[in-house]
Amino acid sequence: MILTAETVDAVKSIVNDKLISENVQTVLVIDGAGNILAHCGQDTDGLDAISLAALTAANFGATSQIAKLIGENDFSLLYHKGEKANIHFARLGGEMILVSIFGDDVSLGLVRVRVDEIAEDINKIFEQ
Amino acid sequence: MALIDLGKKEVHCKIVYYGAGRCGKTTNLLYIYNAMSDNDRGKMLTIDTKGDRTLFFDLLPLNLGKISGFDIRIQLYTVPGQVMYEATRKLVLKGVDGLVFVADPLKVRQERNIESLDDLRRNVADHGLDLKEMPLVLQYNKRDLCDTPVPTLTVAELEHDLNQEYKVPGFEAIATKGPGVFETLKEISKRTVNYVANKHLFSK
Repeated sequence: MILTAETVDAVKSIVNDKLISENVQTVLVIDGAGNILAHCGQDTDGLDAISLAALTAANFGATSQIAKLIGENDFSLLYHKGEKANIHFARLGGEMILVSIFGDDVSLGLVRVRVDEIAEDINKIFEQ
Repeated sequence: MALIDLGKKEVHCKIVYYGAGRCGKTTNLLYIYNAMSDNDRGKMLTIDTKGDRTLFFDLLPLNLGKISGFDIRIQLYTVPGQVMYEATRKLVLKGVDGLVFVADPLKVRQERNIESLDDLRRNVADHGLDLKEMPLVLQYNKRDLCDTPVPTLTVAELEHDLNQEYKVPGFEAIATKGPGVFETLKEISKRTVNYVANKHLFSK
């Protein structure tokens, strides 16, 4: 995949506007092979984004096999709740995955609604 | 699938070390990790079981300097070698750009090597790729065992078993001590970057 600065800027602008502005700490857009396409929000110290992206891609691959075991084609979103930090993964359609990391000051419902809103727009940008 | 970031002037490639269980894939990555400076390597991620066998994969990100103004960033992965983890191996191969096949010289592992290479060919084909057209390097690991009474295969026998069809470079190595590890990495990196550049940049 060839990524231009314009593509990354357009995606970052949407993510900043819809998620980072609502106090979501960090958002990554990655592809199915675990490459990081865009990284928004806090460059949190100690966040190993490369490992996170690789594990996310692998996790989606593994859970899609679980989905097949129960007669589903795939799971479109995954969510893990921690004590202080939470992480939400959503497939944007195709191979893209959007990862949002947020604290307890942000509601899961808001993240889900906002991710749904921007999924199509981000897909269109990458398709161009 | 390689990623070429024109904004940051970076090329990201994925190289997977493949081979039968206990052949030394993770040992290769550990040697590279310990030998490289902090500036040139990222954090090594390992998911293994209690018996030190790789459960999911190992990941080691490396910076290999600049070519034509682009920073070359390589991600080295290993797969779990045990036969039962075929689904996991297929997952890790998603988006692969280059492959190192690590062969075990023990005579008792002869069939395992052949089966594992065949498994690799099938799994890359499932991703729509042809192993014969991909960057591939063989590594004949554990050559230090040849000086012991343990029955081992000669390089000629390994070449006969594994490299008749592919005719790619093969490197003798001792991954625990270092010989052959960087020679293998250098060759596969060169082939992978050439492959990615020809496929994505120069074909446009």
